[in-house]
Amino acid sequence: MTALESTTEGKTGVSGAEIRLDGVTKIYRGQKAPAVDNISLTIPAGEIAMFVGPSGCGKTTTLKMINRLIEPSSGTISIGGEDIRSKKVDELRRTIGYVIQGGSLFPHMSVAKNISIVPKLLGWDSSRISARVDELLDLVGLDPSKYRSRYPRELSGGQQQRIGVARGLAADPPVILMDEPFGAVDPITRQRLQDEMLSIQRELRKTIVCVTHDIDEAIKMGDRVLILQEGAHIAQYDTPEVVLSSPANEFAQDFVGAGSSLKRLSLARVSELDLRQPTTATVGENAEDVKQRAQANGDRSVIVLDSRNRPLGWPWVRQLKGSTIVDPGQDLVNLDSRATLNDALDTMLVSGHGGAVVTGDRDTYLGVVNFKTVTDFIEAMQREAEAETGAAASNGADEHPSERISIAPTDEELQSGSAQ
Amino acid sequence: MWDFLVNRQAQFLINGWNHAYLVILAVFFGTIIAVALAVVVTRLPALEPVANAVSAIGLTIPSLALIGLLLPLTGLGATTALVAVTFYATLPILRNAVVGLQGVDPTLVESARGMGMSEPMTLLRIRLPLAWPVILSGIRVSLQMCMGIAAIAAYVLGPGLGAWIFQGLAQVGGKNALNLALSATIGIVVLALILDVLLLLLGRLTTSKGVRV
Ligand SMILES: Nc1ncnc2c1ncn2[C@@H]1O[C@H](COP(=O)(O)OP(=O)(O)OP(=O)(O)O)[C@@H](O)[C@H]1O
Ligand SMILES: [Mg+2]
Repeated sequence: MTALESTTEGKTGVSGAEIRLDGVTKIYRGQKAPAVDNISLTIPAGEIAMFVGPSGCGKTTTLKMINRLIEPSSGTISIGGEDIRSKKVDELRRTIGYVIQGGSLFPHMSVAKNISIVPKLLGWDSSRISARVDELLDLVGLDPSKYRSRYPRELSGGQQQRIGVARGLAADPPVILMDEPFGAVDPITRQRLQDEMLSIQRELRKTIVCVTHDIDEAIKMGDRVLILQEGAHIAQYDTPEVVLSSPANEFAQDFVGAGSSLKRLSLARVSELDLRQPTTATVGENAEDVKQRAQANGDRSVIVLDSRNRPLGWPWVRQLKGSTIVDPGQDLVNLDSRATLNDALDTMLVSGHGGAVVTGDRDTYLGVVNFKTVTDFIEAMQREAEAETGAAASNGADEHPSERISIAPTDEELQSGSAQ
Repeated sequence: MWDFLVNRQAQFLINGWNHAYLVILAVFFGTIIAVALAVVVTRLPALEPVANAVSAIGLTIPSLALIGLLLPLTGLGATTALVAVTFYATLPILRNAVVGLQGVDPTLVESARGMGMSEPMTLLRIRLPLAWPVILSGIRVSLQMCMGIAAIAAYVLGPGLGAWIFQGLAQVGGKNALNLALSATIGIVVLALILDVLLLLLGRLTTSKGVRV
């Protein structure tokens, strides 16, 4: 599978540092069985390692030993080749970003104060700090002038989580630890946050350790996925592709789940698809012209863009009233071009058009993805996989009907698309 | 009574000022002692029932009895009055400070530590500001209570409006007995209201907009 490799490599170099755990064990006081039993693990610099596993398997314990919120009973941990016990504990922690569920913002501090905690601890001067705060707010997609002086309770859950991420990045630490960072937000917001995190990471190339409950999130986000069993025993530690295609043992297999071929949809990005280009209209344009264009293209609906090429709505042609095009005032759920095919299917299911509008950087319009685009891509992927495994490439898909990826919706476009 | 007050205006104002001064000082020391004790108590959970018992039982000790107990130690005068009033001032604040500090979300404290804040810094920048609204409501209760207790402390020649009350009581039936007692009592009530308003203002100034109710 080439999905991940084909995504663009970061422009800047790696700014992360390698993390090494060596025979690390944690036995909580008063307990016989270790919560973490002799784990050894290397996370290469600049990569995202996703920790997954059942509740209570020791994910959080392992994570917190890296910033010494929990001291190991035995074993050593090093960051960038340096034992983490060689520094004062508070100094160590100032070089490690820490992001937890919900953002955990301090309610009595403004957004700017929350973000500037670590820079202040490090003694940055105030002009550098305020420039950094604005830069980070921009990075996580919040307008600095609007949000900088708000208090956490004046933010939505997703915005709080964004600030939490910004706070973790504030002093530009080489290592970032995240404990279920996107666990407390709705699925659409979570998908957004994941996409943003990935795009930030493409730029920054930190070493990120992220705990999650969600195997799909692990596969989507991780350069490597660590599947843990009770006592933090490693069931498998490998790239998402390998974890999906060849689970190391029964536990990993069960954990990845039966729909693992469907999960491969999480490996491919919307940006790899050939997007459809339906009729578009810009606000202020003559409505008659637009209707004629739509008719010529055979489209029953048009996508309305604003003057900066950002999609506003997706009305049916018959809904275009008046002589000029106006903002249809719809609540359009866009799909970021970095989203996975899984996300794309999710978004399409809630859209009345059996498709989703795809946007790129700064929310500019790129095109439309529909079920046919996705199923075509899946078939191509399947043919590729079969060619690789040496199966009869010509009609392999028909010989293994049970292996075909089936998608539930009986949308007319899907029907016509997969009927070949 | 009006003539009575006009005649002794200067004395009345001095007494009122002294009363307020005694109470403010006592509440100030009481706040520091209570918060310090609460910090210790919240670190050592075994002490919590002790603190609760002390603040509950302490309030049942009659103030005159406590003053009597203090007399051999500190003698007649302002010191005894201050010690006694401070004792009572501490108790409601202690209870609220313990509740307030315990009410701080542990994950916030852990986040602060995880970002590299030292323990004292976490106390000053995170735990106390978050517990402050609760502590402040304890301070208000304490202040109201101490207005009355300070009057009784005048028994040991302490400063304040209480002196007139005791004078009035001593000469019941006398010409000015009622005037003395009544004007001092009204003075105390008015003073209590003024200080409460000031405390509310102080509260608004010292409580972050992000945690104000
Ligand atoms: N402070 C503690 N004292 C004693 N035992 C603990 C403590 N923290 C965690 N444990 C135990 O250690 C084990 C691992 O806990 P940990 O929090 O690391 O799990 P986790 O994988 O993060 O679980 P979850 O997915 O539910 O967050 C559990 O059995 C838990 O009960
Ligand atoms: Mg956990």
